[in-house]
Parts: sequence; structure tokens; C-alpha cells
Amino acid sequence: MTFFFEVLITGLMVGIMYSLVAIGFVLIFKASEVFNMAQGAMSLFAGLALVGFLEQYLQLPLWLAIICTVAVMTVWAYAVVFVVLKPLVARPPLMLFMATFGVMYLMEGIGQSIYGTQAKGLNLGIPDIPFEVSGIFLSTFDLFFAGVAAVLVIGLVWFFQKTRSGRALRAVSDDHEAALSVGIPLLRAWTITWIVAGVVATVAGVAWGTRLGVQFSLSFIALKSLPVLIIGGIDSIPGAIIAGLIVGAGENLGEVFIGPSVGGGIQTFFPYLLALVVLYFKPYGLFGKEIIERV
Amino acid sequence: MNEKPEPILRAEDIHISFGGLKALNGVSLEIYPGEILAIIGPNGAGKTTMLNIINGFYKPDEGRIFFEGKERPRRMKPDRIAAQGIARTFQNLALFRGMSALGNIMVGRTMMMHSNIFSQALYWGFSQKEEIEHREAVERIIDFLQIENIRRTPASMLPYGMQKRVELGRALAAEPKLLLLDEPMAGMNLEEKEDIARFVLDANEELGYTIALIEHDMGVVMDICDRIAVLDFGNKIAEGSPDEIKANPEVIKAYLGTAGG
Repeated sequence: MTFFFEVLITGLMVGIMYSLVAIGFVLIFKASEVFNMAQGAMSLFAGLALVGFLEQYLQLPLWLAIICTVAVMTVWAYAVVFVVLKPLVARPPLMLFMATFGVMYLMEGIGQSIYGTQAKGLNLGIPDIPFEVSGIFLSTFDLFFAGVAAVLVIGLVWFFQKTRSGRALRAVSDDHEAALSVGIPLLRAWTITWIVAGVVATVAGVAWGTRLGVQFSLSFIALKSLPVLIIGGIDSIPGAIIAGLIVGAGENLGEVFIGPSVGGGIQTFFPYLLALVVLYFKPYGLFGKEIIERV
Repeated sequence: MNEKPEPILRAEDIHISFGGLKALNGVSLEIYPGEILAIIGPNGAGKTTMLNIINGFYKPDEGRIFFEGKERPRRMKPDRIAAQGIARTFQNLALFRGMSALGNIMVGRTMMMHSNIFSQALYWGFSQKEEIEHREAVERIIDFLQIENIRRTPASMLPYGMQKRVELGRALAAEPKLLLLDEPMAGMNLEEKEDIARFVLDANEELGYTIALIEHDMGVVMDICDRIAVLDFGNKIAEGSPDEIKANPEVIKAYLGTAGG
């Protein structure tokens, strides 16, 4: 039984990482109905920038490096909204979607030319030593990021539920025209959303970067969170969190307990299988808003 | 015509077409402070188009708009126009469906709240005080519209008539200088219509709002409006008091078809 819980908890910890990436997608989708292909690249870029500030170009202390990284992501958010998205306001979502492809390649390209292509280690000074709680081994490192993710999520929920700007963003995501009619500027709302998504991407990028090293494959972690989005519903933040946990726990448990009997390697396809099942029964995801078109 | 005060809004010779369709063909319209103006006309006459131009969703091909005596820049964005004090409701309801009735009305006050995003995140005191002040104003609106019992209900779960009321509340929350109502009573039963008519009248008489509304129910229009403008196929064919409009042969023709038909 102890072993089962160990596998489960390790899975949940990985799941939180998926949730982090998925939340970034959800934020931007809710605000502008765009699936942001560049979300993974944003995480990568944030990771690269942090390494740059911390070790590669400057030797800033950690807190300052993090502030600088967030500042870089903020500048990116402004650039994306005013250079890329602004000319496309009121165009079909597909055009915005294609534009985010461009942003993705641009970020990867700029990242390569500034920081080079080598994988870089990112050491935040958190010890990766497992410790024991009633017979179950936990990693300090995993717990730390679970804590960070929890704080981030609580912060986001508070921001969206309690503040005026949060309310305005929810209004924009519900109905663009109505939001304009009460005086909410669309572009500013988008900018704030992209900044918030940038911060979330930074946390995700740092978490994954510390774990796997900051390398260009981080950009593809985004693909691993696709089934998370399908399961949770692409417009639901709680959905992203819960689906991330389900996928993380599911793939780990599946790998350990079912894997051996089917020859292993379940981890790579299990999330997609799960997503397929969910799609069959709940096409908008477990928590997604059902879109009812009036005929 | 007797002497009138400066109009709060003057639209001058508005033209707009969509593809080949001339939706408005040189329409001029004045809205005076303190009045209820009804814009009526058969379907497709251009009534909603006119509201969309007044609140900035559409830019007219030709024509000028003056608000409080000042000409509006051609490319002014709808959110800036809302900030100037023009609020509206929609023909097909445009509530924020994920939010409660209260949340919807609070969003209506966006323009009146000033704490910026950083102070909301960091400077608790001021933001919180502001939040409470506005919450009080919103509660007054909720009282006014008699929707106390549904304030926590998500907008999407409310019955249609209540959604219309919440939408009116959201528009009132902005304390606009000019309130545009696009068919506030469409699809309602008699009782609901009477309720809304009373709220519109009270908003005008007690709270002093200037209102322009589109409505198809002639009974209501004749009862509550001070003036009526009639559109037909993108042209203004008549304007005047309810009695003048009732007697106007052009209007009768537009509504009932040609004489003898």
C-alpha cells in the first residue's frame, strides 16, 4: 500500500507541473478564445531568461533575477498584444491562432540567438533529497513546487474573483461586446491576461527547467498538457488543475501497475487515451462551459 | 417647435451601409437631456444600427456625432464612449453568463472605479474602501430593480425576464448620461413588460436618466415616451410626440402597408 501511495504522490506532483502549463493556456483562451501555441515557448523563454540573468550573462541574486525575468515576460506580453494581436482584433479566432504559431517560432528563434542552443542546468538551491513521512518517500523539490503552484492558483483565484481588474477580465472572456459597452478596453484586458499568462509560464518554465534542465524540448511540454486541457475543459482553471492531477497520477499509476503486463511505455499515450474517453462522454471536458448555439 | 435645450447627443446625417445594403441613409437624430426618446420602425429599419453607431460599435460611413456639444472623433472606441457616459443594453441579452447578477452589475461600475491593478494587488486599504463604496451603490440598484433575491444567482441560470432586468441594472450601474435600451421588453409577458416599463419610467423621473429606447410594443411606447422617432428602410420618416406620431399618415403607411392595402 505504501508503494501505491508513493507512486500516486509522485504522479500528483508531476500532475501539478502539467496543471501549471495548462493554466497558461486556459487564461489566454478565456480572454481571447485563442489557443496559444506559444505557451510552451513562453515557458522556455522564461527559463532561458532566468538562466541568463542568474549565470550566463549576469550573476544577479535569485530574487532579482526572478523580478527581471518577469519584467522580460511583461515586455513580451505588450509586444505580442500590440504588434501581433492588435491588427487582428475582430478577425476569426483561426487567424489569431496562426499568429501565435508565429510568436512561438519568434520566441524560440530569439531565445536561441541570445542564449544559445545548449541545455542549461538551473539550480535554485533547493535540495532534491527525498524524505520520509510515515513510510512514504517525498521529494523536497516536488513539494516546493507543489507549494508554489498552490500559492499561484490561490492568487489567481483571488485576483479573478475579488478584484475589479479580475472581474473585468472575466467579463471580457464572457462577452467581448458587452465588455466594451461597459467601458472595458479590450486591448488592456488582453495585455493583462498575457502578462499573467507570462508569469504562469515563468513558474512553469522554472519548475520544468530545474527538473529537466532548460532546453528547447521544454517548448514541447505544451503538447503534454493538451490532454489535460481536453479533460479539464479548455476554459476552466479548476478543470486545468484537477485534470493535471488526474493525468499525472493516472500516467504514473498506469505505468507502474498496468505497464508491465502490456510491455510498458504507457506513460506516453495514457493521457491521450484518457482524453479520448473524456471526449466521448463530455466533449467540453469535465469542467468546460457547454456551448449551446441557438438555432 | 418650441424652444428646446441643447441636445445631449446629436447625430447628423448618418450614412452607413453593409456591403450593398444601405442600413442608414442620412438619418439625423437629437436626444435631449431628461427625456425618453423611442426609436420605432418595422424590422430592418436600422434602429439597432443607430444604437450601435451611437455607442461606437459601428463607425458611420458619413455623418457626425456630437455628444454634450462636442464632436466625437470618428474612430473613437466603444470603451472610451462608454467612459464618456453612454451605457446600453442589448436586443439579445449580452450578460456575463459566468457571473452572478451582482457580479454583472459590479462590472457595470468598472468605469467609476479608479484603483489600478497594482494597488488592487498591493494596496489593500484604498481598493477595499472603493470596493465597498461601489458595492453600496450596486445594492441601491438591486433594490431599485427589486432583484434582491437573485443577487447571487449565476446570470445564465436566471429566467429571461430577470436577465433583462440584470442587464438594465448593469447599464444603470455606470450612472450614464445617456442610457440606450435595445428592446428592453422584447419577448416578455404583459406583467414583465409592465415591470420594466415602470423601472424605465422611474429611472427617468426619479433618477433623472436620459433614455433612448427601441421598442415594438406601441402601447408601451405611447405610454412612457416623451418623443418618438420613426425609421423605415434606413430613413427617418417622422418624429414627434406620441400623439403626432399616431396621426402621421407616413407612419401608418409604413406600419400597415400602402393605403387601401
